[in-house]
Amino acid sequence: MTTADHFAELATRRSVVVCCGTGGVGKTTAAAAIALEAARRGRNACVVTIDPAKRLANALGIESLSDTPAEIAPAIWDPAGTSTGRLSALMLDTKSTFDRLVTRYAGDEDQSRRILDNRFYRNVSGALGGTQEYMAMEKLHELHAEGGYDLIVVDTPPTRHALDFVDAPARLLRLLDNRVFRLLMMPTRAYLKVASIAVQTFLRTVARVVGRDVIDDVVAFFRAFEGMEAGFRERAAKVQELIADDETAFVLVTTPRRDALDEAEFFAHRLTDHSLSVSALIVNRVHPSFTDTPLTVLHAEAERLAADDPARAERYRALAGLETVARHERAELTRLRERLAHADVVLVPLLAHDVHDLDGLATIADHLFGARPLPPDTASA
Amino acid sequence: MELADFCSTSRVVIVAGKGGVGKTTVTAAFAVAAARAGRSVLIVEVEGKSGLTAAFGLAPLTYDEIELAPGIRARTLTPDEALIEYLEDHGMRRISRRLAASGALDVVATAVPGMKDILVLGKIKQLEQQRVADLILVDAPAAGHAVTFLMSPAGLLDAIRVGPVRKQANDVVEMLRDGSRCQVMLVTLPEETPVNELVDTAFALEDRVGLQLGPVVVNACVSDPPADATVDDPEAAAISAALAFARERHVMQRGEIDRLADRLPLPQIHLPFLATASIARAELDVLADAFVDGVAHLKGPA
Repeated sequence: MTTADHFAELATRRSVVVCCGTGGVGKTTAAAAIALEAARRGRNACVVTIDPAKRLANALGIESLSDTPAEIAPAIWDPAGTSTGRLSALMLDTKSTFDRLVTRYAGDEDQSRRILDNRFYRNVSGALGGTQEYMAMEKLHELHAEGGYDLIVVDTPPTRHALDFVDAPARLLRLLDNRVFRLLMMPTRAYLKVASIAVQTFLRTVARVVGRDVIDDVVAFFRAFEGMEAGFRERAAKVQELIADDETAFVLVTTPRRDALDEAEFFAHRLTDHSLSVSALIVNRVHPSFTDTPLTVLHAEAERLAADDPARAERYRALAGLETVARHERAELTRLRERLAHADVVLVPLLAHDVHDLDGLATIADHLFGARPLPPDTASA
Repeated sequence: MELADFCSTSRVVIVAGKGGVGKTTVTAAFAVAAARAGRSVLIVEVEGKSGLTAAFGLAPLTYDEIELAPGIRARTLTPDEALIEYLEDHGMRRISRRLAASGALDVVATAVPGMKDILVLGKIKQLEQQRVADLILVDAPAAGHAVTFLMSPAGLLDAIRVGPVRKQANDVVEMLRDGSRCQVMLVTLPEETPVNELVDTAFALEDRVGLQLGPVVVNACVSDPPADATVDDPEAAAISAALAFARERHVMQRGEIDRLADRLPLPQIHLPFLATASIARAELDVLADAFVDGVAHLKGPA
């Protein structure tokens, strides 16, 4: 099986694809292109995006945050009308996803209202690092279990710590399960004695620094949350299960620059640490190569021509400059291929324009899934 | 404008931009240029690891200051370390680390959004007031986060009515709004999406935070390729294809640079695209030259 066939399985066989990578490498575009390809091949696909560029969001019809996916009219992504697939998109609304989770696990309406109205909860759902990552995974689980999609492609938030989504459920549970604050939840003062002097000193100081009402909010939140941890824990475990499932594939998106590739390799190792593995690596913005002539020959030629034909020398220098970039990139890619031998590596050439409509996405999908020839020389890289 | 004058404009320069545009490289090039002009520079990194030290051939940064090159020092500032330091300064030395380990600090930081940002900015303000260097360069979080990061103090002023955090927030807001103490240098690539984001970020920082914006740095600009000509040459086909490619990129870039100038009335400094796989000291020197050159074309203070 060729790399292209193998890579195509992402769109044709898998039920979940998680795209990860740092910011600015074209992750959202790659995620949308994979979903588009699946739809073109007759599947019911949905892409969950986090923070798409405005014009791409417009093109996908998802200008605002939402809790439910919007289906894109086939006439837009399949103008020829040849596919029986469906394509939907969603721009994740972290807060409403979290709210829904609370409502789901609250014992009654009163409990859910007490939590949803709490100021500390609003901070947890809006400002706590990792919440966005966790809610992306939560939404994925919900759509997977209840949405009826053949394939869900998730984009992950553009953090430096691009694998936060793997750790986020555990981190959130740790916060909700915080021992210090659980002690505070206890209604009678007798329990407070259990809290160490250090904790009490700490809380008094915190109250002095940020105000008593902040501490009151926190205490009220943990009281209201009582009894819900089990539900949250169970849900988090299911999310983890889905992430680890064989039907789920991880795709790393990167560019051929050394720093971006180093990060990609770092992510790959982090995934391995979690017993997950990278199915494919998408390398965006690969410079084309125009000749096989060694760089030294090009430079020598420029040197030789410099005196008699400076214009021609200048052209050789321009070619040598572009070739230098292209070959550096290929050397870096070769290095990475050796280190990530199990993953497919798919290249997308540097395009003249940013992708901000479905035609642009189709172009990316064509490059990814082999419907378009690779740029000169990249095949042998 | 002379680089030395440019370095005297503000004591703190916050370098911000979308992920992947080369903020760290620009920060380093600015530092090299400033050090050449005889200024002592401290680079502060606030978002964990970056390639900064690698460009100087050194190991990653820590909370403790290190010297990257003569006249250039660098350190990281993480909220957790800043919080521990803050607690220690406020008489909680004995328990601060234990509480950090217990996760209680996470709860507090969550209870007061912006708490972590204010700790980091408060520490930067402290460094500024202690005059630890002639110039402090802050390698800011990626664009969207930069706005949140820099808006935190103003937000906290609304949320917290009394106490030391309010005072801290007040002091930071004062620094952020004083152009002689602090300004923001935005970095972008000459490409559509980064330019759009930069414009949005610029207006948000100016209108919502009241920050002074310095020149915009357009990084990785390709040069105009030479004209093609038909010659009997073994590489003629390759040269034609390469020049056509380069020209298309250059035209697109020109359009984006013009569009940026049109939408954002700020002076621009253009740094060249370098045909290398990674940035090392030699590349930083080239970029520093271009930076000095760009600054030279800026108009002096009005």
